[in-house]
Amino acid sequence: MDGKLVYRTNLPVRIWHWFNALSVFVMLMSGMMILNAHPRLYWGKYGANPDKAWLELPKFPGYDDPFPPLVTIPSSYDLAAARQWHFFFAWVLAIGIVLFLVYALLSRHLTRDLWLKREERSFGHLWHDIKEHARLRFPTGEAARGYNPLQKIAYLGVVLVLIPLVILTGLTMSPAMNAAFPFLLDLFGGRQSARSIHFLCAAGLALFIAVHLLMVLLAGPINELRSMLTGWYRLPEEKRP
Amino acid sequence: MTIVTRRNALVGGAGLMLAGCDRIVASPTVRKVLTLGEKATMSGQRLVTDRTALAPEFSATDLSPNFCVNGTTAPGDAAYQAHVARGFADWRLVVDGMVARPLSLSLAQLQAMPARTQITRHDCVEGWSAIGEWTGVPLMLLLKAAALSSNARYVVFHCADDYHGTPYYESIDLVEAFHPQTILAHHMNRQPLSVGHGAPLRLRVERQLGYKQAKYVMRVQAVASLAGIHGGGGGYWEDRKGYQWYAGI
Repeated sequence: MDGKLVYRTNLPVRIWHWFNALSVFVMLMSGMMILNAHPRLYWGKYGANPDKAWLELPKFPGYDDPFPPLVTIPSSYDLAAARQWHFFFAWVLAIGIVLFLVYALLSRHLTRDLWLKREERSFGHLWHDIKEHARLRFPTGEAARGYNPLQKIAYLGVVLVLIPLVILTGLTMSPAMNAAFPFLLDLFGGRQSARSIHFLCAAGLALFIAVHLLMVLLAGPINELRSMLTGWYRLPEEKRP
Repeated sequence: MTIVTRRNALVGGAGLMLAGCDRIVASPTVRKVLTLGEKATMSGQRLVTDRTALAPEFSATDLSPNFCVNGTTAPGDAAYQAHVARGFADWRLVVDGMVARPLSLSLAQLQAMPARTQITRHDCVEGWSAIGEWTGVPLMLLLKAAALSSNARYVVFHCADDYHGTPYYESIDLVEAFHPQTILAHHMNRQPLSVGHGAPLRLRVERQLGYKQAKYVMRVQAVASLAGIHGGGGGYWEDRKGYQWYAGI
């Protein structure tokens, strides 16, 4: 017997999700090409070849650069084109997240669906949820109607921390923006620190995507895809004892 | 008979995906649409940045211990090498184009002009940064002395170096040309500019990336349009590799 169909995801959230997914993918892939140009990361105001790097990415086996053609935009070394892709989709990403956050606040999507409820914030509850995830046991029935606590933390981390941080650190790397908003440099501890944080946020987003896609696969890819395309989600059946 | 192994299928699939992606990337329509982002970035940045907003200046303790030479390290041109040999004694900077009073200035004359000293960060398009101290003549003073025409829109910098066989050049618009930190630097870290760093004169446009900071500047030309100058892209890297003319990001 099939579980109940529920309308779970509103149209604005679905539209934003796909625009955001597209822009994050293009940003990550063109970003990897940009990082190929100088795959060393530093802390502080300056940093170049003679200076001490905290991270130097190794070359991908068989290639001259850390990121091979399959994962970069464009596939062969072209910093100018990668920058053009990166800065076009930066607008899509930034306008998208602003519209999403405004919508999420006004529609109470943020407070009602994403924000952790008081009881979910206890250590015991979170620990229980971690154990359930580790055993790949996901909520069923009415409990599956909303997001679970770890899922909420992951989504909030992306929309409130990673994406805003990746945009702000990106702007901090722009010399023109440094003239307009010099406080950004103080906030992140210099341009090269901002570049390092930008990379760490991007790595965080890549990790999120990997886990997110894995969870979609484990939770039922057809059902999950349908809910993000049409809004309708079939509640997983409760197991009879 | 062809045996399609899983590995071959994977490699083949990846190859097809790559070919497909490359076709999208190379499409002129796509490139044209992406250029809109570049225009939006320039307009957006100009909108929120005051015309005279200064790039951050640093203190002497922030100086890069080793400011690397990048791009051309020593121009091969015989005339330039002769200038180096004579210590730039009969070298001249030409200021011409759309100006009422073209100038031809010796290095000594430039060094005698009012100078601005600034410790600023040099950001390469590749991602690295180096902090150095620059002293030079504000470009604004030269443009005023030459009586810039009101029809001029860009300032082009012609350089002594051929990079990969093509003359290096760069250009900026009048917003950057009249910016107080835009200087033609003759000193770096309190020393006369070395050949590696662009002796005897290099441009500093502090709100833009490294490739705009033309070295070995020989001629400053005021123009109404960049069309017809070399490849028409407004700069060596712009023509050669499609780098963005507006390098504020």
